[in-house]
Amino acid sequence: MHTSNRAVDPPVIERRDLIKLCLMAAAAVGLPASVGAKIAQAAKAGLRPSVIWLHFQECTGCTESLLRSSHPDLGELILNLISLDYHETLCAAAGHQAEDVFQAAMKEKAGKYILVIEGAIPTKQDGIYCKIGGRTAVEIVKEAAAQAGAVVAIGSCASFGGIAAADPNPTGAQGAPAMLEGKKVVTIPGCPPNPYNFLGTALQYAVYGTLPTLDTKGRPLFAYGRTIHEHCPRRPHFDAGRFAEKFGDEAHRQAFCLYKLGCKGPQTYANCSTLRFGEVGMWPVRAGHPCVGCTEQSLAFRVPIHQTVDIPRPTPSDSFAPIHARDEGINPVAVGVAGLAVGALLGAGAMASRKLNPARVPDKEEKP
Amino acid sequence: MSHVAEALGGQILTKPFKLLLTIFGVGASVMLWRFISGLGATTALNDGYPWGLWITFDVVVGTALGCGGYAMAILVYVLNKGEFHPLVRPAILTSALGYSLAGVGVVLDVGRYWNLYKVFNPLMWNLNSVLLEVALCIMAYVVVLWIELSPALLEGRSAWVPKLLLQRKLGFTMADGGQPRSTSSRYPGMSTWMIWLLALGLLLPTMHQSSLGSVLLIATTKLNKLWHTPLLPLLFLISCVGMGYAVVVFESALSSAVFKRPPDTRLLGRLSKPIAAVLFLFLGVRVLDLIGRGRIGAIFSLDRYSCLFLLETGLFLLPALMLLSRRRNPDLGHLFRAGMLILLAGILYRFDVFLIAFNPGRSWSYFPSITEMLVTAGILALEIMAYVAIVKRFPILGGVRPSSSGWQAMNGAEVTR
Amino acid sequence: MSMNRRSALKKLAVLGTAAAAPAHAVARTRRSAPAQAVALLYDATRCIGCQTCMVACREANKLRYESWTNLYDAPKDLSANTKTVIKLHRRNGTVNYIKSQCMHCIDPACTSVCMLGALYKRADSGVVAYDPDKCVGCRYCQVACPFNVPKFEWASATPKIVKCELCRHLTDQGGNPACAQVCPRKAIVFGKREELLAEAKGRMAANPAGYVSKIYGEVDGGGTQVLFISAVSFEELGLPLLGEEAIPELSETIQHGVYQGFIAPAALYGLLGLVMLRNRRRGASGEKEEVPS
Repeated sequence: MHTSNRAVDPPVIERRDLIKLCLMAAAAVGLPASVGAKIAQAAKAGLRPSVIWLHFQECTGCTESLLRSSHPDLGELILNLISLDYHETLCAAAGHQAEDVFQAAMKEKAGKYILVIEGAIPTKQDGIYCKIGGRTAVEIVKEAAAQAGAVVAIGSCASFGGIAAADPNPTGAQGAPAMLEGKKVVTIPGCPPNPYNFLGTALQYAVYGTLPTLDTKGRPLFAYGRTIHEHCPRRPHFDAGRFAEKFGDEAHRQAFCLYKLGCKGPQTYANCSTLRFGEVGMWPVRAGHPCVGCTEQSLAFRVPIHQTVDIPRPTPSDSFAPIHARDEGINPVAVGVAGLAVGALLGAGAMASRKLNPARVPDKEEKP
Repeated sequence: MSHVAEALGGQILTKPFKLLLTIFGVGASVMLWRFISGLGATTALNDGYPWGLWITFDVVVGTALGCGGYAMAILVYVLNKGEFHPLVRPAILTSALGYSLAGVGVVLDVGRYWNLYKVFNPLMWNLNSVLLEVALCIMAYVVVLWIELSPALLEGRSAWVPKLLLQRKLGFTMADGGQPRSTSSRYPGMSTWMIWLLALGLLLPTMHQSSLGSVLLIATTKLNKLWHTPLLPLLFLISCVGMGYAVVVFESALSSAVFKRPPDTRLLGRLSKPIAAVLFLFLGVRVLDLIGRGRIGAIFSLDRYSCLFLLETGLFLLPALMLLSRRRNPDLGHLFRAGMLILLAGILYRFDVFLIAFNPGRSWSYFPSITEMLVTAGILALEIMAYVAIVKRFPILGGVRPSSSGWQAMNGAEVTR
Repeated sequence: MSMNRRSALKKLAVLGTAAAAPAHAVARTRRSAPAQAVALLYDATRCIGCQTCMVACREANKLRYESWTNLYDAPKDLSANTKTVIKLHRRNGTVNYIKSQCMHCIDPACTSVCMLGALYKRADSGVVAYDPDKCVGCRYCQVACPFNVPKFEWASATPKIVKCELCRHLTDQGGNPACAQVCPRKAIVFGKREELLAEAKGRMAANPAGYVSKIYGEVDGGGTQVLFISAVSFEELGLPLLGEEAIPELSETIQHGVYQGFIAPAALYGLLGLVMLRNRRRGASGEKEEVPS
């Protein structure tokens, strides 16, 4: 009998639908259409990459963010595109059964699974502030990362400690890269990050076995290559000097730039302004609240939300006044007319002077 | 032989006159448009070059061309060379017209002309302003010039001018066939009142022509160093005297030719030495100033400014040499050409100081618009028309060849025939 | 020596004295800032080019928007509708800004040359203010200002001079000029000149490598009440290199030197009159001049 419980009764997917699904997934993360076909191929062949997803000091927001993706939606993703071998939130099992699944997955897929880390790892007092199954987070992450094909730290907490590491950081929370020195860790910071930042990375690894180009902090450049300030829809307001001064004032209602309310956009690398969230194009600035810089270790949970920041790389528009304004130049017609006039006068003068010789006009002396 | 100053008579509305009238008409319509639409619409002036053709030519050059009266008054009344007296009246006329029309140029050029009457309110004066002193002196001088000209305008007009007014105010009567005569028995000759007026007519131009040079002293960062010097007032004064004599030669020779009258070539020839002296004085002061300020090397750099300076210097030097070479045997055409060169020199010098060597920065450039040129042409046309009309209807040209001192002759007293 | 030559020499002597008078005139004393002098400090290193100050200035002074190119409200320079403008300077990929506006000089050229005192320096705050009722529109102020600040309403038939007056309609009520009020980075600060000089020095001392070691306006052109500190040289930012001498010093020294107490003109007048009276007397007594033959 066919039930609506997809976990129990996965739907049979026609080939055409599968291809369509994979094309959408590829498009969603900016991969070319050909990749979609490859994903479909891989899925058909049953070669779904294994994903082991660990949770530590986190709020589960990053998972929640993933749950809200729609192309592919989580069901298609975990059922048809990847093999989500271990995930503490999306887990039917519990207790020792879950732990066994975890250990089995690590052994079976050693060297091939994608290890996704959500949440910060506390280190104070030997890491006792986060223990799962009797073992500290430190232990677990080190064991899991040792055999992983790729390590992805999703969310600000996993990337650099996030809110767990906010002053005074009583638990000594750290991000995964700090824990796994020497290991290449892809970080997808954000609080929460855009699910497609993760999906794009995961699918690329699934299809090509490679990771996207990363910046010095391990962040994929396709998502974290530009600052919010550099691709913000309200940038023309910034350039024209139109700012909201207070929440609810006229300028705020007119959706002017939120820089003066403390927007950290100029120093925050992220794609919230272009990709946005929730499939309805919503992001904080659109809702009228300045960006808080949640992807940046130097800003998130460190610099007060409404404190303005400097702009390290100002990119002024060409409409700016230059130091010396160019003038319109001289009218050549006027120059020509003046030249003619002066020339005519000089010529007339010269002719007149020739007429004034003694022979032509008798001098007064000669009259009796 | 002697000739009394007399009106030339003849038709005023000749064909050339009508041409000038047309030119004036065009200029006047642009002037009207200027008052309706503002300066931006009628000129090419901008914030970097707020002063352009109208100030530089109509006012600065216009008043310098009106220094004929000043220059002749120095020669005739101060240096006591009465032989040049016949040249005084036409010079005064040219000056009166030139200065009056320079005043018209000022009213045209200032943006808030309805406030101009406030210049007469001493409570509002800012005595630091050179321009204020220039404005007041010029206005006073215009009055003086027309008073100085008034004997010529009133001669033979006793029917419509109260005799008492003349007797009391101007110190002469209209007796003796319309020739004004001094009422003072002790000093038969020009009345004392007139002398002190003449002294004013010498003081005022000394003041404002030098101050016209001082106007640009404030532009320390904008006027090129070849022109910007503390001696600007002195240089303007000397060059205006030179221009004054040149205008006299120019205008005298021109009216002889145009009105078919015998020219005073020998008399004009006698001006050669003083004119040359003034020109050499100008050049000497200029060169010494440049040496003193350590800028003499810059005149050889052959950039834009150096070439302008050399051109100016040439235009001052050439006529000086021309005048010296033929002073014993004056040739009218030669004098006329020298006069033209001196005028060109003075005009170029003033244009350089106010406009061409004035550089406010890269963001601006200026060249007069065609409408500006039309207005200047209109004003010049008006000046020529007024001159022609007045010399034809009033005793300006001609003049007395005195056998005794020029003072009695200047008063129109009986002359030995 | 004949009479002509003697009087000629006399005249030359007179002219010479008159000309030499400026050389002996006492140089005019330099003015200092009034006791309650206000100032505007602009820190070019903190400016982010947001142009809020330009927008606020327009609103506070009720100035119209203008289009210099086909861009709306993007002035390239000060104008009759723009009292302040942020200008951009690029060098080797780095970007710097400079705020262009009236410098409110301590010893201004514009107030020195203004015939009827339409531009005047307020005795309390030192702000250079403009009264259109006294202005004849001669534009001498535009010629005089070394910063090319005063702008003229060329497009109007009843034109005025337009320039920043430090929002005196706001500061008189105890407020700040609009630009200082809205600046989000405290790049523009308004206060007493002494305090702002100290503030500037403090900022420069805290970060010596980040600033050119000069406060523009401290002594330039006799000192100004708008002060600049910057990371790049002021010449590159388009500011003129002025010495410590105030702009009007030369002009006023010469003008007052010649006309001090009206002594020289009166003396010249008297001399001219006396010379001419003497000449007339000689003429009347029948002393013959050489008659040209």
